[in-house]
Amino acid sequence: MEKAIKIEKLSKAYQLGEFSTGTLSRDIERWWALLRGKEDPFLKIGEVNERTKGGNSNIVWSLKDINFEIERGSAVGIIGRNGAGKSTLLKILSRVTTPTTGVVKIKGRIASLLEVGTGFHPELTGRENIFLNGAILGMRKQEIKRKFDEIVDFAGVERYIDTPVKRYSSGMYVRLAFGVAAHLESEILIVDEVLAVGDSEFQKKCLGKMKDVSNKDGRTVLFVSHNMAAIKQLCSHGILLKNGQLQLNGDVANIVEEYLNSGITSIRESSWTNEDAPGNDKISIRKIAAYAKGKTTTDPIKSNEDIIVELQFENKMKNVDLDVTWDIFDAEAAHVCHVGTLVGNGDKVNQGTFKVQFQIPKNLLNTTRYYFNITFGINQRYVAFKYDNILSLDIEDGLSRQGASFHKYPGIIHPKFEWSVQQIFN
Amino acid sequence: MELTTKQINIKENGHKEKQHWDLEIKPHTNIFNLHLKDVWNYRDLLILLVRRDFISFYKQTIFGPLWFFIQPIFTTIIYTLIFSRLAGISTEDAPAPLFYLTGTVAWNYFAECLTKTSTVFRDNANIFGKVYFPRLIMPLSIVMSNLVKFGVQLLLFILVMVWYIIKGENVHPNEYLLLFPVIVLLLALQGLGFGLIVTALTTKYRDLAFLITFGIQLAMYATPVIYPLSAAPQQFKEIIALNPLSGLIEAFRYGFLGTGHFYPGYFYYSVCFSIIVVLAGLIIFNKTEKNFVDTV
Repeated sequence: MEKAIKIEKLSKAYQLGEFSTGTLSRDIERWWALLRGKEDPFLKIGEVNERTKGGNSNIVWSLKDINFEIERGSAVGIIGRNGAGKSTLLKILSRVTTPTTGVVKIKGRIASLLEVGTGFHPELTGRENIFLNGAILGMRKQEIKRKFDEIVDFAGVERYIDTPVKRYSSGMYVRLAFGVAAHLESEILIVDEVLAVGDSEFQKKCLGKMKDVSNKDGRTVLFVSHNMAAIKQLCSHGILLKNGQLQLNGDVANIVEEYLNSGITSIRESSWTNEDAPGNDKISIRKIAAYAKGKTTTDPIKSNEDIIVELQFENKMKNVDLDVTWDIFDAEAAHVCHVGTLVGNGDKVNQGTFKVQFQIPKNLLNTTRYYFNITFGINQRYVAFKYDNILSLDIEDGLSRQGASFHKYPGIIHPKFEWSVQQIFN
Repeated sequence: MELTTKQINIKENGHKEKQHWDLEIKPHTNIFNLHLKDVWNYRDLLILLVRRDFISFYKQTIFGPLWFFIQPIFTTIIYTLIFSRLAGISTEDAPAPLFYLTGTVAWNYFAECLTKTSTVFRDNANIFGKVYFPRLIMPLSIVMSNLVKFGVQLLLFILVMVWYIIKGENVHPNEYLLLFPVIVLLLALQGLGFGLIVTALTTKYRDLAFLITFGIQLAMYATPVIYPLSAAPQQFKEIIALNPLSGLIEAFRYGFLGTGHFYPGYFYYSVCFSIIVVLAGLIIFNKTEKNFVDTV
């Protein structure tokens, strides 16, 4: 079988600390200090204390010694936690940045979709943007012309095609942008999380289109997503990255399972200090915990116990309509539910540390492992911060008489219903 | 897990490489490989970007493309009032408005190519971080967009010039007009070359961006835009002539107006300088382009 991509000993290093300070005067000051044999005045305090082994201590390997091949026409899912090196790999494959060592060999034209609508200009009409965006993605004008009707049809924006895209609804905008990308005639297509946009109907359409691209057209697709269900549906092959290294390469079902179970013990409790807290300039997560009501985080959770999920976070924004939303998934990546609450109870909130907690009623969840993703939203529209798999917990069977059992009932949940049985005829 | 790793190894060893590859992504490429063929393959994008700039420039403005005229007209009026009437600087027998119009139109083309190109990495950081295309397309589209603007302004200039000729003023277009396309090309190359160098350096040193914005205004006074080279004091003349734009602006003016001088020495100097600066710009730009996403 012919190969579409061959990656040999690929590594990418990022330099920390030792970077240019950003302004010329500081750099000169630094050179001057180093010249006189003094300490670098702009190295951060934490880094001075570190033992420098040949000056290599401040290099971080985002990818290290990656080797794999991808056959032509296959659909490959790239899986890994945040910071595993997925984005770096995609950036190298899409030629946005270059590797530090190693080679990537590619057969055929490659197109990457790290984002939909790159280069869209709000003042231009839908028609003009199709051509511009297509050209940015590497299409020739003739090619776009040939595909034009198909793209408009796919996006369903025929009526608005000569309207500036700034007047489009966000859904139309995304559909048009994805439409252009989906009609690229490249032999290899790289897709990053673009399915996270649009409504669920459109997401299905995108997935279907991508399936066609790989199955019918025989093109190679590389797909990166945190959505395991989408990966399983689309891909036949999976690659699991961990800490910049290739951990597994094989059948997609095994890889997804391995990924979901890779945190062998469930994460029931985490807390962070100011420095390492997950977050950004808007939100910073401080503590997360899940426990059975009246017990601690180290006690097992039984299916007939109420479960408390507790979250503490710092809000750094002024006067916002903030909400917290949880998405719960089961071990097979099925989406169990999407629940949330407004932080200010309808009012706007200011900076401060908040504690949000909810209770999952007993006798609802199945006896399996569940994963929790958290999303902080603004105005119930914009994502302020998102963190996947922040929590995972195992539910033990509380009804089984002989101790704990991990037997899972068929189905995503296993609620306890009210039953009534009567004999009405003899 | 171990099993799969083994499988990969078998694949690695068992496959002798016979395949032909279209593209190899490697850490280093030859610095003199400017990827010009790649640029040619993306020529449609270049044209679409120029169109985009043009359309987005005049959309939602009342005067639309008229803005291309407004700027040089007012600049010329101000210069005529201040430098010619008030300060009494010579315009070498040419009508003062025409003299300043040639200077500003040519100078503005160079200056805008330079300032816009010098922020190319910063302005396009988002798009460069998401998709690959030959990065050189962006600065080239800037030079071409400005060429459109320059062309429109040139039209204004020619109208004014024809009017002065009809009036019988001292305006004599001559055979040096044939150099016009070359002069425009050289202005573009210098603007592009300097801009590429600056933008590559600003990815590391932000200060340069500030330097450029006011530096370019000062540089105009070191170029014979508002005065003829012949009017400069002898001791400054040599220094002003070192400015690679001096020869070009003088030649540009001489071809259209027939007043002043054509300095062959300065002109050839400008030609050499333009080629060197554009080559240096391309090499530095290409070197920066590969990893700039990691530093911004």
